[in-house]
This record gives sequence, C-alpha cells and structure tokens, in this order.
Amino acid sequence: MRRRPAGSDAAPAAPNRRNTELALLAFAVVVPMLAYANVGLAMDKKLPAGMLEYGLGMGALALVAHLVMRRFAPYADPLLLPLATLLNGLGLVMIWRLDKAGQLLRNNFPAAANQLMWSGLGVALFIGVIVFLKDHRILQRFTYISMAVALVLLAAPAFFPARKEDYGAKIWIHLGSMSFQPGEFAKIILTVFFAGYLMVKRDALALASRRFMGLYLPRGRDLGPIIVVWLLSILILVFETDLGSSFLFFGLFVVMLYVATERTSWIVFGLLLSVGGAVVVASSEAHVKTRIDAWLDPMAAFSPKPPPGSTEQIGQTLMAFGSGGVTGSGLGQGRSWLIQFAAKSDFILGSFGEELGLTGMMALFLLYGLVVQRGLRTGLAARDPFGKLLAVGLSSAFALQVFVVAGGVTGLIPLTGMTMPFLAQGGSSVVANWALVAILLKISDSARRPAADPVPTTTSGGTPS
Amino acid sequence: MNKPIRRVSVFCLVLILALMVRTNWVQGVQADTWASNSHNDRNKYDRYAYPRGNIIVQGNPVTKSDFVNGLRYKYKQSWVDGPMYAPVTGWSSQAFDSSQLEKLEDPILSGTDSRLFLRNTLDMLTGKQKQGGDVVTTINAKAQKAAFEGLGDKKGAAVAIDPATGAILALVSTPSYDPSTFAGGATADGNAKAALDKDPNQPLLNRALRETYPPGSTFKLITAAAAFENGRFQSIDDTTDTPAHYILPGTNTELKNASDTEPCPNATVKTGMDFSCNTVFGKIGADLGKDKLRGQAEKFGFNNPALDTPIRAVPSYFPPNSSPDGTAMDAIGQHDTRATPLQMAMVASAICNNGSLMTPYLVEQERSANLTVISKHTPKQLSQAVSPGTAQKLQQLMESVVANGTGTKAQIDGLTVGGKTGTAQHGQDNAGLPFAWFMSYAKGPDNKSVAVAVVVEDGAAERNEISGGSIAAPIAKSVMEAVLK
Repeated sequence: MRRRPAGSDAAPAAPNRRNTELALLAFAVVVPMLAYANVGLAMDKKLPAGMLEYGLGMGALALVAHLVMRRFAPYADPLLLPLATLLNGLGLVMIWRLDKAGQLLRNNFPAAANQLMWSGLGVALFIGVIVFLKDHRILQRFTYISMAVALVLLAAPAFFPARKEDYGAKIWIHLGSMSFQPGEFAKIILTVFFAGYLMVKRDALALASRRFMGLYLPRGRDLGPIIVVWLLSILILVFETDLGSSFLFFGLFVVMLYVATERTSWIVFGLLLSVGGAVVVASSEAHVKTRIDAWLDPMAAFSPKPPPGSTEQIGQTLMAFGSGGVTGSGLGQGRSWLIQFAAKSDFILGSFGEELGLTGMMALFLLYGLVVQRGLRTGLAARDPFGKLLAVGLSSAFALQVFVVAGGVTGLIPLTGMTMPFLAQGGSSVVANWALVAILLKISDSARRPAADPVPTTTSGGTPS
Repeated sequence: MNKPIRRVSVFCLVLILALMVRTNWVQGVQADTWASNSHNDRNKYDRYAYPRGNIIVQGNPVTKSDFVNGLRYKYKQSWVDGPMYAPVTGWSSQAFDSSQLEKLEDPILSGTDSRLFLRNTLDMLTGKQKQGGDVVTTINAKAQKAAFEGLGDKKGAAVAIDPATGAILALVSTPSYDPSTFAGGATADGNAKAALDKDPNQPLLNRALRETYPPGSTFKLITAAAAFENGRFQSIDDTTDTPAHYILPGTNTELKNASDTEPCPNATVKTGMDFSCNTVFGKIGADLGKDKLRGQAEKFGFNNPALDTPIRAVPSYFPPNSSPDGTAMDAIGQHDTRATPLQMAMVASAICNNGSLMTPYLVEQERSANLTVISKHTPKQLSQAVSPGTAQKLQQLMESVVANGTGTKAQIDGLTVGGKTGTAQHGQDNAGLPFAWFMSYAKGPDNKSVAVAVVVEDGAAERNEISGGSIAAPIAKSVMEAVLK
C-alpha cells in the first residue's frame, strides 16, 4: 500500500485505498462462489456445472469495475464497490438456488440468468457513471429536469394497464415481455432534484422564516415548489398503491430538508405529517388495510376462512425464519419455496433467514449498515453542500428501503412490497442501485481527492457546523 | 451541515439495529414457536427427510424407509406384510399424517426425540446422515401370522398376551389394509385412502383395540369371579340354586338357555360353565347386584379410560346403573356390557396369572439407530383382579370347558388349555348375526403361558352355524400353538 512519506508538509490527505478495495473485492467474489458450490453440493451432491464460468464472469466484472475505479475515481471509498459486489453475488446465488427448487416443483420461472444479465448491465452503468460523470456537481445543472423526469417516471405506470402478476401494486411499465420499475430510478433522480433545490434555497428556508407556535415556518415561495413535487409524488404512489415507495420518498424528503436547514422542527413536521398521512391512507385504502391486518395477524390467511385478499406469505416467511433458527438449515437445504411466488423478489430475505439463520441475517444487516454508513461518511467528507445533500439523500434512501423491506418481511412493520437492494430479483432495482453506488463513489472520490477543488461552487462550500 | 448528517447517520443505525433486534426476536426467541407451528409444512417434510427408524418384530423390521428423492419428500415408508401388521404399526403417510405406533413413537422413529440429541449431534459432526431410532415390539411373528391366517377373510380381531408380563404377542384385526398403498402423496395414494375410508367393512378400524363388542358368555367368567370373591360360592362344585325357568327379576320375561335339554336347573358352577347356562349366571349376577359385578369388571380393566399399550384402547364398558333384570343380562355379557378383544384377553391372562393382571404393552424397547437402548419396558401390575384362590377355581372352570364343555375345539396335546366360548347377540331385537367369541389361555410345560381372545363378526351366513366354540376357538388354538409349540 502506498503511503505518503512521513513528515510531508502537505495536508494529510486520505490515502489511496485501491489495494484495500482489490483485496476486499477478491473476498466479495470468493464468498458467493463458495456459496454457489455449497448450494450445488447440498442439492445435487456435486459442484455446479457453471461454477467456474460464473466465478470467472463475476471476477472479471469486478476487476473491470476496479480498474475503472483506479483510473477515474482513485480516491473513492474502498468499501462500497466490494459491498455491492458481495450483496449482488449472494443475491444471485440465492435466486439460482430458488430456481433449482422451482424447476423441480414446475411452478416457477427461472430468474437467475436474467438477474445475471441485469447485474452485468448494472455494472456497465456503474462503469459509465464512474467514467463519464466527471464531477458530481454537474448533476446540479439538471435540478429541474430531474424533477420533470422523476414525475414522468412515477406517473407513467398509471397509464399502462395493470397486469395480474403485479399483485395489487401498479408500479411497473410493461413493454412487450420486458417490465421496468421506474420507482427505483425515480428514487435517485428525485434525490438529485431535492439536493439541487435545497442547496440553493437552504439559507432562505433556514433563516427567512416566521416563528409560529415555537416552530420556524419558512416562507411559501421558498418551500412551495418542493412541497408540490413531493406531494405529487406521494399522491401518484398512493394512487398506484406503492406504499413502500411513498414512505421512502416521504422519509427522504424530511431527512434532506432537515440536513439542509439544520432545523429540528422539520423532524417534528415530518412525524406529524407521516402519522396523519398514515391514518388517512390506512382508513381510505382497502389495499393498505389488508396489509395492516396481515401484519397484525400473519397467520389469519391459514385459518379455514381466510379474510379476503390475505396472503400466506408473511406467515410462511416467519415460519421460514423460525425454522432457520440461529444457525440456519444451510444453503440449499431449506424449504424456502414454501413462501411461493415472491420468494425471489419481496421475500428473498426469508430464504436467507431460513438457510443462513440468524447468523447470516446479522451479517447481511451489517453489510447493508456498512453501505449506508459509508455513504453518510461520504456526505460528511464532501466539501460542497450539493455533494453532502446528494450523498445523505442517496444513503438514507437506501437505508429506508432496506428498513421498509426487511421490516415488512420480518413482521416489524406492515409489508409494503419493495425489493431488497442488490439481493432481490429485479432488473430495475439492481441497475438503479449500481448507479446509486457509482454516484456515491464519485462524491467520495472528489471529497477525498487531495488536489484543490477545480470546479467553482455556487455557494460557499464547507459550512462550519 | 455535518451535525444533522451525524444525526441522520445515528438514525439510520437505529433503523438497522431495529431490524437486528426484530430478527433476533423472530429467529432467536420465537424460533421454536414458528418452527413448530402447525402450518409449517417443513415438519411434515422433515419426517421423511432422512431414513425413518423401524418397527421391529422379533429382530426383523416390518417397516422400511425407501429413498425416493422427491423435492418435498426424500423418503417414503413401506411395510412388510402391511395388512398383517397394520393394527400394530399404523400408517405413516406423507399426505395423511400417521397413526398408532408410527404416530405415538414418531419422535423416536423420526429421530427428533430429545433422548437422541447427543447421537444426532455426534452424527452431524462426523457427517453421518441423520437417522431415526427403532421401536422393538413385543409381537411374536408366528402368533401374529397364525391369528391373521386364522381370521382369513372373516371380519374380526384377535389378541394374544403373555400373562406373566402383559406383553402383547399378537394383535390382529381383519379385514385389514396395507399402509404402503397410501404412504405417498400422489393421486393414487389419495384414491387408495378414500376407498379405505368409504369401505363399509371399515378396514382402517383397529378392531382389536378400538372396537367394543358385547362379550356374551365369555363375561360369565367375570360373574363367576365376583361370586367367588364375594363368598357366594366356596367351590366350583357348589350348586347354584337355579330354577328350571328363570324369570328375569321384575319382569315376566324368561331367560332361556341355548337348549332346554341342558342340565342347567340347579347346576353346579362347573356344569353351568361347561354348558354356558344363561340362567345360572344371569341369576348369580342379579343376586350379586350391579355394584359387585361392576367392581369385579373394573378390576379386570373395564371402564378404564386410559389403557395405553401405548396405542390407546377404547374403554370396555360395564354400566354403573341398571335395573335388576338389566343386571342379569349384563352378567351374561349382553345388554349394556361391551368389551374390546384386548379386554377379554386381559381377563384370560389375569385368570391364568393367578389373579394378577399385568398392564398390557406393545413396545419392548426404544433404541437409537446404533442400537443403544433408550428405554426398556418393565412389566407392571395393573391390578390384582381376583385372589389367587379364586383364580385357581376360575382356571378349573376354564380347563373343564375345554376338556368337556363348549370349548373342546381348543384342546392341544401336551398343553393345559382353559377357555370360554361366547356367542353374543347384537343388533335391534338381536337381528344381527351373532359375534363368536373365544377367550382362552394355554400353559406350557416350562412355565410359559399365553392368553388369547378372538372375536369373529358375521362368521357364517347361517345364524345357527355361529358359535364361539366352532368359529373362534380353532383360531385361538392355532395362536396358542404358535406361541408355545
């Protein structure tokens, strides 16, 4: 590892951690390969046929990504790429494993090959962002375009006919045999809009406000546009009954507003609004009510007279978790296919819980926690407010998504139906999350780059706080 | 902006921590509740995920665990001589749960019993496949075969017991079924089970343990036992003071014997038993009263709601309340009295064992797959049904029945055999074909003995061809020969 010579009088800049990244990447490729071998041995009593190709393919993808990093983002955080690779790899193994069970059951569609293709595409997009996004501050220029694109993306599914296989939520765009979940991309694009807008308006929002009942209320013309966009997105999502995304966008909005203005009153507003919103939506939407009932009594679907619209899946998932216990049944040795059709998407965590046990689940949560904390660390280190806001927005969106999905699957909160980032089957999700990580890496590269900042900023960077 | 970012960072950490705590709760604290939930199909599949242990009869397994390697079920049960052993083993089906020993001994057979924990852990560490333990039964293969072949295509049941220990040596019920036909989960298995369920002959019914019949004249032994125990008679040669025409007390109905030419009026106890006189024992019962009769019947095991072999036998019944004429009928095994074949085998075994009734049992040992004995049955006395003196007298009566009475067809050269026939009326106005009973014991020269009860329903097409002596006694005889010869 290269280190600056001791006694250098230059400001001690962050060391280049690319070798650390390479070592971690090797780990992130080897672990899923061993898991793959494990599934093969458990299910067929022999090593899987494509194991070498799979390992080489994943290794090659990781290596290319790493080399691009060395060239175009040498000072970026060394953990994020290996973490994403490891999560994506573990997800692929589990999807392949569930495919195998599905083939034997003849009631399931193989998805691993597709997921592999989408992962490749995701890494390609990752490389594209690393190479072509010279500086994350360029994204500022697209503040209002982002707003428009995000709204179009979110509204689009409402204009496509719903399909039976979507199970209640209208969040897909179907083009022929392809389907596309725009919410995953809207998550990133909306964060760009929030960051760009709030960076410009944050002083006005924080200072030009009136005191009302102990809270500082901003002027309407400062807050107006963002409230409108946010309300629109929530309305669209409620209309499309995509509860998870509504919650995610709401949380994202509150967090970014809080970080931009440094005013605690936003948290109070946020909590009040979310409680109010939850009550209104829960009492008016039948879909939501079903979800809450299923959360309160997950086993109701097993009763002789199951309530209408109820699903066995939450109960099945909890039983999968229980059967996994502390150490799990071992990869390939569980019966996660009992969870049925959403085993590879919404409920993949149930399969992990059963086969890797509590131990494996803790490891997974640590991996996700690390991604989030590295992202937030990037936000702390970023020198420009736009970069800070963007990094915080992307990381907290990621954290909220993990919380909403894992919380729903483990019965902590009502199930809302989103996918576990990187882990679950779903092309849009994998590709979008690779892009998310790429943007975080670009911000961290510019934050930790020792050279002076070449791009002038519109406001003073590095507000003391 | 850094202060709020730090706070957001703590908030995100709290979110992840909440997930961790919740998962610990579900997978750590609640794990067993979810794992053992009745809707958790994993338990169903687990039972066939590795070879199940076997049910052993005299050293040979009568069950098999076949490797079928399905996705859901890796193994499937099959049975050796399924119909013959079905009343012992029960079934263990992927689609229809399990019954009898397969169900009651499931923790051992499936290897989940906590007493197998150490063995399972060692096997896991050494990489050996998990395997269920074995259940060693008390069944004597020859006796079982003799009883099964003796009953043939007749409807009925037979039970043989070792009087000294209570070990059940034969347990047969016909018509029977082959549990192998519905052990799987395929459509054919479902059809096979549905056909058995609908069969009017009730092949799934374990008649030996779970069906009660009017015991008919075999109950006269219990009436005689009550009479001796209560000092009504001192010897089997005491006369019984029986009128030629016995009118049931409180009625105008005359209780009749099988034939008017029988020497029943004022017969001795022995003669009454030899000719199975209804008048003799009906009167004795009515004179003793319902409470003394019931007390004696209960000492033999009647009205016992928890007779577990471990397969639970339905309680045999002697009514707590009856009119005097009803009690007279109860005393000859008609009216409300009902008994399982197991119950009458127990009566025979207690008489043979000098009055001491041993608890009947079917499982000799439970052992792990590597033959380590986990539990071993110790014979236990259920009750002292009668005094040894009374038992001697009852033995003399039973031996006389076989030597000179209605049970001559059970005589075996070289063995001392005692028995009692029964031909029980049943149905509305006794319209049904009578049940043929025979309960007996045989003593060998080397102090070995066996007690047998046989019941045959609808034994012949013609009503007057049916009698315990002609239909049931030969079956009991072949079972006793199988055990002692």
